Amino acid sequence: MIGIATAVDVADLKETTLLNMGIFGLFVAVTMVIVLRASRNNKTAADYYAAGRSFTGSQNGTAIAGDYLSAASFLGITGAIAINGYDGFMYSIGFLVAWLVALLLVAELLRNTGKFTMADVLSFRLKQRPVRIAAAISTLVVCFFYLLAQMAGAGSLVSLLLGISDWGGQALVIIVVGALMIMYVLIGGMKGTTWVQIIKAVLLIAGAAVMTLWVLAIYGFNLSSLLGAAVETAGNPAVLNPGLQYGKSDTSKLDFMSLGLALVLGTAALPHVLMRFYTVPTAKEARKSVVWSIWLIGLFYLFTLVLGYGAAALVGADTIKSAPGGVNSAAPLLAFFLGGPLLLGFISAVAFATILAVVAGLTITAAASFAHDIYASVISKGKADADTEVKVARRTVVVIGVMAILGGIFANGQNVAFLVALAFAVAASANLPTIIYSLFWRRFTTQGAVWSMYGGLGSAIVLIAFSPVVSGLKTSMIPGANFAFFPLSNPGIVSIPLAFLLGWLGTVLDKKREDAAKQAEMEVRSLTGVGAEKAVDH
Amino acid sequence: MGNDAHTPDAAASVDFEQVQSTERFQELRKRHRSFVFPMAVAFLLWYFAYVLLADYAVEFMSTKVWGNINVGLILGLLQFVSTFAITGWYVSYSNRKLDPIAAEIRNEIEGHEFDKDGNAVSGVTK
Repeated sequence: MIGIATAVDVADLKETTLLNMGIFGLFVAVTMVIVLRASRNNKTAADYYAAGRSFTGSQNGTAIAGDYLSAASFLGITGAIAINGYDGFMYSIGFLVAWLVALLLVAELLRNTGKFTMADVLSFRLKQRPVRIAAAISTLVVCFFYLLAQMAGAGSLVSLLLGISDWGGQALVIIVVGALMIMYVLIGGMKGTTWVQIIKAVLLIAGAAVMTLWVLAIYGFNLSSLLGAAVETAGNPAVLNPGLQYGKSDTSKLDFMSLGLALVLGTAALPHVLMRFYTVPTAKEARKSVVWSIWLIGLFYLFTLVLGYGAAALVGADTIKSAPGGVNSAAPLLAFFLGGPLLLGFISAVAFATILAVVAGLTITAAASFAHDIYASVISKGKADADTEVKVARRTVVVIGVMAILGGIFANGQNVAFLVALAFAVAASANLPTIIYSLFWRRFTTQGAVWSMYGGLGSAIVLIAFSPVVSGLKTSMIPGANFAFFPLSNPGIVSIPLAFLLGWLGTVLDKKREDAAKQAEMEVRSLTGVGAEKAVDH
Repeated sequence: MGNDAHTPDAAASVDFEQVQSTERFQELRKRHRSFVFPMAVAFLLWYFAYVLLADYAVEFMSTKVWGNINVGLILGLLQFVSTFAITGWYVSYSNRKLDPIAAEIRNEIEGHEFDKDGNAVSGVTK
């Protein structure tokens, strides 16, 4: 099966399993060596969490792209466009435009004010304990949702590679893959993680570029004929129009709005993205990183349009849906169609590295948040030394990892981009109002922050738990049960405005005033960079 | 590296309220906000206009413009273009209007030992 295949037969995949796994295994081994080498310099907490703040803007920008272009972007969006046509493209646009919120309103101010975690900024001028605990809890929850999606993606991918289609086998795959990923984080810390992300970003964008050019070449570099072929294979001209997935009813149209809102407001509130701004030495480098990552991410999302419609035209929605891994297997199947087992092996290895890097970034964020915000600042009241803190962080990595593996087993089979959109909705509800208010609204108080964070987090989670995502439909996580009362699959349209409202209400009803001197300090620091954390020299 | 919850006290003795009330700082604050707020409102309106069109004006979005390329696809790609454009605009604005003032204020506060933090500084502290 070398060269261009005439059709994709999933049964063929099994014959090439050995080759796929060979390429794949080689990749895992190489990244492991890199992580080991990078981890030699991990001495202090700043090393472990923030890579010594020693990365340049362009390195960090590439790493941000590596962090952000998760399995959701590659497997999820390609699959969504391949199956649902234009509605899948919405993910690409929302995920990209969202970066403007981060660039204009959050990145630099945050870099100037904080140290390791999102909670550093949010609790800067408010009461430490309640705000820090709330921020840490929401960080842990967002990371959990995001991790769950990545684990589900890893399960889809490896199941496809190994041709495993039964539930138990796929669960086992998720366990093994998850355990492997936890290892990387334990060993590598932020520096190892950052290098894996940089390498992975380069490989992913290069791999997607090759596949994009290949698909375009088949259609004479004419986007219109590619789209025409997608219509022909699907037998439905509506794949080019909005509404195939979300246009069915008034409820589903509202769901589309909700998704759009969550996507655009989620990015600037994702704790693992925010934490990356601390790995550079200055706010100017933070700005450079965002600019660099906007270009890389934008370019990649243009590729996903071609890849999605390419998979729709060349592989076909029915083949994708019936393959092990379902909708998430569109990109690997397209690779198999184009370049046979060699390209499939390469693309799968890249996709795996993608998941690995994102999982690593997420677990390290969650661990830092627990160890730094809850353990060091609240439980031991600032008395814990840095070594103990890093030790606690490492243990947290294991706990978070195990939880994500269990969650991933239940989420297996769902579109990864869809699952990630839930994490975006939770982040936008729980974190964004407080980030924006505390940076820009002088009057904002602790009560406002606490109301907004718990209100946003709580409402988002409750609405997801009682939505069709969890129960009530054949495609739900618990298909047998039906306790859904919220009709939308994304809670953003309710929970995000609610969190903004609660932040405002909590503040105006608060009789206490916050320290004006602290507010002045935060504002001056955030805009000028006075006293910001500097790079660590080795 | 300290390990406590607060940021280190490199600038602990500074009277930030006094700095905040200076004209220079107020100017920096005004310049920053007068750019980022209107821009944020503009791109969010444009994005939601696009989402609403895709949601409720399916026929308009499905209008073919050139071959199989329809209005929806073109507007979607224009979202990419506007994102890149705003990014470029913001960077040039902050390099010209924000960084020099910020560096000036920072220098005044931290004294003149400023070598590590970015390039804008060297241009200002002559």
